[in-house]
Amino acid sequence: MEHPVVVSLQDIVVDFDGEPVLTGLSLDIHDKEFVTFLGPSGCGKTTTLRVIGGFVQPKSGRVLFDGQDITNLPPYKRHVNTVFQKYALFPHLNVFENVAFGLRLKSRDEKAIRSQVLQMLEVVGLKGFERRRVTTLSGGQQQRVAIARGLVNRPRVLLLDEPLGALDLKLRKEMQLELKRLQQALEITFIYVTHDQEEALTMSDTVVVMNGGLIQQIGSPEDIYNEPTNAFVADFIGESNILNGVMHRDFLVEFAGREFTCVDKGFAPNQLVQVVVRPEDIQVVPAIQGQLTGVVRDVIFKGVHFEMHVEQGDFEWIIHSTRASQPGEMIGMCIGPDEIHIMPREE
Amino acid sequence: MRRDTRLAYPYVVWMVIFIAVPLLIVAYFAFTDKTGQFTLDNLRQIGEYAPVFLRSLLLAARATVICLVLAFPAAWWLSRLRANHQRIMLMLVMLPMWMNFLLRTYAWMTLLENNGLLNRLFGAMHLFDLVNGVNAALNGLFGCSLPTGITYFPMINTSGAVVLGMVYNYLPYMILPLYTIMVKIDNSEIEAAQDLGANTRMILTRVLIPMSTPGISTGITMVFVPSVSTFIISRMLGGGGNMLVGDLIELQFLGNSYNYNLGSAMSLVLMVIVLLCMGVTNTSGGEDGIEGVV
Repeated sequence: MEHPVVVSLQDIVVDFDGEPVLTGLSLDIHDKEFVTFLGPSGCGKTTTLRVIGGFVQPKSGRVLFDGQDITNLPPYKRHVNTVFQKYALFPHLNVFENVAFGLRLKSRDEKAIRSQVLQMLEVVGLKGFERRRVTTLSGGQQQRVAIARGLVNRPRVLLLDEPLGALDLKLRKEMQLELKRLQQALEITFIYVTHDQEEALTMSDTVVVMNGGLIQQIGSPEDIYNEPTNAFVADFIGESNILNGVMHRDFLVEFAGREFTCVDKGFAPNQLVQVVVRPEDIQVVPAIQGQLTGVVRDVIFKGVHFEMHVEQGDFEWIIHSTRASQPGEMIGMCIGPDEIHIMPREE
Repeated sequence: MRRDTRLAYPYVVWMVIFIAVPLLIVAYFAFTDKTGQFTLDNLRQIGEYAPVFLRSLLLAARATVICLVLAFPAAWWLSRLRANHQRIMLMLVMLPMWMNFLLRTYAWMTLLENNGLLNRLFGAMHLFDLVNGVNAALNGLFGCSLPTGITYFPMINTSGAVVLGMVYNYLPYMILPLYTIMVKIDNSEIEAAQDLGANTRMILTRVLIPMSTPGISTGITMVFVPSVSTFIISRMLGGGGNMLVGDLIELQFLGNSYNYNLGSAMSLVLMVIVLLCMGVTNTSGGEDGIEGVV
């Protein structure tokens, strides 16, 4: 399953006007993978994408493409195409000519261009839109044109910079699945930038969580969600309860004023740790049966579940449960050994 | 809707009194003789002045092309500046427009005269000595007969000076419409073109110029039309040898020839020529028309 590395970033440093954006970022991206850069705004994810596209020149470090150094290659000589955040379609051209733009720069074979463009328009579901002006299209349609315009050139790697950011929720979900389908059908590497963790988990083979110009964790969506390497990742990917604790010995951790059995080992005796418990992994039981007891502060209906904030000692737990308790009620909480995730505490 | 129509009345009245009626008067005079009889003689007579018309069109076209070549990169550069720098630079572009047109043209006279500032500067730089020396050497070597007694460069009273005057006076009218269009072009559109494989030349010919077309056609109109009908610039900087249609028309109304029937006919013909030229630039400018007007 492990494909060869197609893009390799080596020790990339970028700063804008002396302000550091990327501080020595290294990353290998494998062929035919759907990779997502995930992080809050200003974390350097878009800059990383632009370094690969050739729009940002790193101050130091190397960009390799198929093992070749392309650090100083201008964008128009790179075998990558980009889908821009604001689509960046050419308003003076119709749908067909927008998609044909890249092909026309390389070839004069009108027949081949025509068939490739029409085929790609069909793939993105815009058959029959060839003559339309791009300014008359909806956001979702413009986005499809932008994707077709990139894909028609058969790039090895397609870069997507928050391409779904401007769409409404329903359309976004549709497009997420469609992008994933396209990527698998065409077997092109997608590098996708988003700040939406759900989007990242839905589509990606590999998620790269970034913060402050550094990679926090690289892994499959499951790894990132279940085994966050630090509090930032745990907090950014889904909601979580993060508490300080002490690892007394293998399989025994103390937090929230109590000892719990867990499945983690290999820490030093009495090492200070951080404990992550996902809100949906806490079982609500009658107060006397709980490992912990707390008072329900408030209950919010979220559709599939209720979100409850429960005060226990000086910590406020977030619990997701399909049954609502009453605010002010004293409840018990149980946490199974499998549901406790332990990370070394950061200074 | 009714309210909207009424708001336009004052301007409609203004237009009728100061544009429509005078146009009709011009047309009337163009097709009559001094006694008020209908005639086509005035129009026929214009044939004699064809060289003047031709010179006007040629000089105006030259000025327009030079303006376009100067303004296109300048407007692009302006549109890429940071917003607050854009405001300052735009003000500098418009600064000469705050000063009276005549004064600006007079200023060029004093600069370009045979013993004007520029020629004196060249003299101080020993430029004439250099040219004379080179000419003398060439004469000696190859038997040419180049002048060796140059004391000034003739600049005033040339067609070049007229074109210079036009470019200087009308350049802002080319920069501004181009700028208003270009400022709307997002950097990501340029990046998209690069991304799809376009080098600098391709970006220019396939993205930048097509996207700026409305501004280009507006700019051409706004430079060409006043240039082709100017009479002050040609009189002050062109001397007697560079008479333009504008001078010719002025001569019919205020000058010695005093023949307002012929003058009206000339005005009418010039108007038709200008309208034809505008028609051509606007149809080639696509359906957006004169969107770039500031």
